[in-house]
Amino acid sequence: MKALILVGGFGTRLRPLTLTLPKPLVEFANKPMILHQIEALVKAGVTDIVLAVNYRPEIMAAFMKKYEQEYKVNITFSIETEPLGTGGPLALAKDILAKDNDPFFVLNSDVICEFPFREMVDIHKSHGGEGTILVTKVEDPSKYGVVVNKEGSSQIERFVEKPTVYVSNKVNAGIYIFSTSVLDRIQPVPTSIEKEVFPAIAAAGKLHTMDLPGFWMDVGQPKDYLIGSGLYLTSLYQNEPERLATGPHISGFALIDSSAKIGKNCKIGPHVIVGPGVVIGDGVRLSKCVLLEGTVIRDHAWIQNSIIGWHSTVGKWARLEGATVLGDDVHVADEIYINGGCVLPHKSVSTNIAEPSIIM
Amino acid sequence: MTKPGPATLKGVILVGGPSVGTRFRPLSMDCPKPLFPIAGRPMIYHHVAALAKVPGMKEILVIGFFENSVFDRFLTEVQMEFPEVPIRYLREYQALGTAGGIFHFRDQIVRGAEQFFVLNADIASSFPLQGMIQTHAKHGGVATLLVQRVDKSVASKFGCVVAEPETHEVLHFVQKPETFLSDMISCGIYLFNKDIFDAMRTAVQKRQARLETQGGDGDDLHKGAEVIVLEKDVLAKLASTKKLYAHVCTPGRDFWMQIKTGSSVIPANRLYLQHFLHVAPRKLSNAPRPAGDLGATTTTAVSPGSPPAPIKPIDPTTAHVIQPAYIHPTAVLHPTAKLGPNVSIGPRVLLGPGVRVRDAIILDSVEVKNDACILNSVVGWDCKIGAWTRIEGAPGESTALNATLKGYKIPSATILGKDVTVADEIAIRNCIVLPHKDIKTSQHNEILM
Repeated sequence: MKALILVGGFGTRLRPLTLTLPKPLVEFANKPMILHQIEALVKAGVTDIVLAVNYRPEIMAAFMKKYEQEYKVNITFSIETEPLGTGGPLALAKDILAKDNDPFFVLNSDVICEFPFREMVDIHKSHGGEGTILVTKVEDPSKYGVVVNKEGSSQIERFVEKPTVYVSNKVNAGIYIFSTSVLDRIQPVPTSIEKEVFPAIAAAGKLHTMDLPGFWMDVGQPKDYLIGSGLYLTSLYQNEPERLATGPHISGFALIDSSAKIGKNCKIGPHVIVGPGVVIGDGVRLSKCVLLEGTVIRDHAWIQNSIIGWHSTVGKWARLEGATVLGDDVHVADEIYINGGCVLPHKSVSTNIAEPSIIM
Repeated sequence: MTKPGPATLKGVILVGGPSVGTRFRPLSMDCPKPLFPIAGRPMIYHHVAALAKVPGMKEILVIGFFENSVFDRFLTEVQMEFPEVPIRYLREYQALGTAGGIFHFRDQIVRGAEQFFVLNADIASSFPLQGMIQTHAKHGGVATLLVQRVDKSVASKFGCVVAEPETHEVLHFVQKPETFLSDMISCGIYLFNKDIFDAMRTAVQKRQARLETQGGDGDDLHKGAEVIVLEKDVLAKLASTKKLYAHVCTPGRDFWMQIKTGSSVIPANRLYLQHFLHVAPRKLSNAPRPAGDLGATTTTAVSPGSPPAPIKPIDPTTAHVIQPAYIHPTAVLHPTAKLGPNVSIGPRVLLGPGVRVRDAIILDSVEVKNDACILNSVVGWDCKIGAWTRIEGAPGESTALNATLKGYKIPSATILGKDVTVADEIAIRNCIVLPHKDIKTSQHNEILM
């Protein structure tokens, strides 16, 4: 089987982290984001993966070589010379996607969920349509485009963009499976899969939904990345609880790399992810936060709802909160308070940041 | 008894009364402002200590309109520390104004003394009294006032002094002038000959005459006559008469600041502690003893007047103290706590593991749980601070008035009144909290009633 991952551009929404690494390589739960998708695809029997990008992917290409061998999968870059939207890249990668008659997956790269690819194949084959869209239920459908099914059926009747009256609470989760015939509907020109391709297939009665079990999150920006981390850990607790950290200093779910060092009298959790080589001092309090590889958290620091970039240092008695994001190699002095600071790489912070702001 | 030597002197400390000092709330709600502890000692202890050191000091008189009992314990304690100088409290039964109180008690002040100092209570200073005595002897006038140069932008908030550059004779003295007059301000510290009472009597008579022409009932008239303000009614009138001279604080050696708002005790505490570091290191202290079990109760009651522990070398079994710091001997500090600089820790305070305190006053019986951080703040009596909680005020000078945020005045230091409980893991920043509050969520730039 085959899959196309819509990687797109520079990932500006996830800056300052994406100033250092392309977004697919930024770790989510101690693993590059795109690997969550690649692993799940390979597990479902996918052998060819196309990454649709619209920038030159030198850094990514080197990483992907490694993963090709590790996961025994062919990874190809499809480079757009002009942005082709969400639909155009399918046409551009037609050679690979149409190389056999098996259906293929299309994924938005920012989405994190339990990736039920095998069930998607089964459902897709069972209804015999051209496409199946994974849908997730949301509390406030008025902010999204919602999907309305034909009554009592998985078949899609219509799409309603930002409904003002309740018609459905199912929204497109950004993960699809298509029969190769869909490729006949798309040209390699800027195209929106959601606004142009889907309504056409739906009109032909050949587009269906599959309800996504479990959690779903678009982790393309820091606040959602943090929420997604919590959802991921909760899911991990249900499926692979042995991977979560345990001990008297753990309070709630935490994923801690085995190479991390943790001092005395700390309290860690809930929803904490600690990367490789992290050093945590004594009396440190962590909750709802992500520490990327090589960060150093000194004694008595307090961190909540923040992302600490690679190899950054947080001083003693520092307090970080309010969706603070430290880029790569940022140094926060002792006793500093940061509320919602977005700090670009290689900066030192030695005065308080009391209100959300960007430190260039 | 007429052996030549230093002039016979008395000291007067003007403490005002309970109705003044509203800007010192909420700290004045549980402690008379003149007794609020700064650098481990009541505010006016520093005045008493400076006066008691002056050769020839016969007596120190504390004048105000607080109840007598307010100062009983303080007077007993300072009397024990300075047994050679009698110290008494004289109560005005009504507010008589800064000069009114002095004039009212003139007989007791001049009895046995040729000159007397007058010190306002609400100041922190190095009190260069010896220098004032020399200046006073040199010019032979009636009064010497201590002046200090301040930034031009704040000068007109104070009594401004224009002095003749050579002789330092005061040519002009205006309280809070509307436009810039001078960057030299009066510190509220004076040295007078007893002839000053002539000037005061003139002021009283003038006021009486004015009241008589305006009418009014006799009793009120009598009371009103004595309400005279030292700066405005007496000293301003002495300018340009070769009776009033200025002694200028020595930059870099002397310090002076007003203690008006609650926030100003933080810089006052810092100034005293740093001063002690140079002139009286025995008034500072390291961690009192190897901190044992934090649950252990302290039984050794030590009165605030007893001498503090001498400075010991840094000991890994005691808390890390960065000087200057004052730590009461009954405070219990965990060895992993870190304090200072510019910290005063009161009696029976309990600081848990990994607690950080800097630029702060922690009052009696406060309990701070593990890993909490207290910066630029006053933590009132019996407060309880939760684990990993941050109590923080904005650093900054005190003479500076409160800053404003979106049109509202915001406190520059965080001040917790008596018996405030702060939950674990929250942040209280730039807040003033009134007594007996229970705070469960983070707060910023607020006054919590």
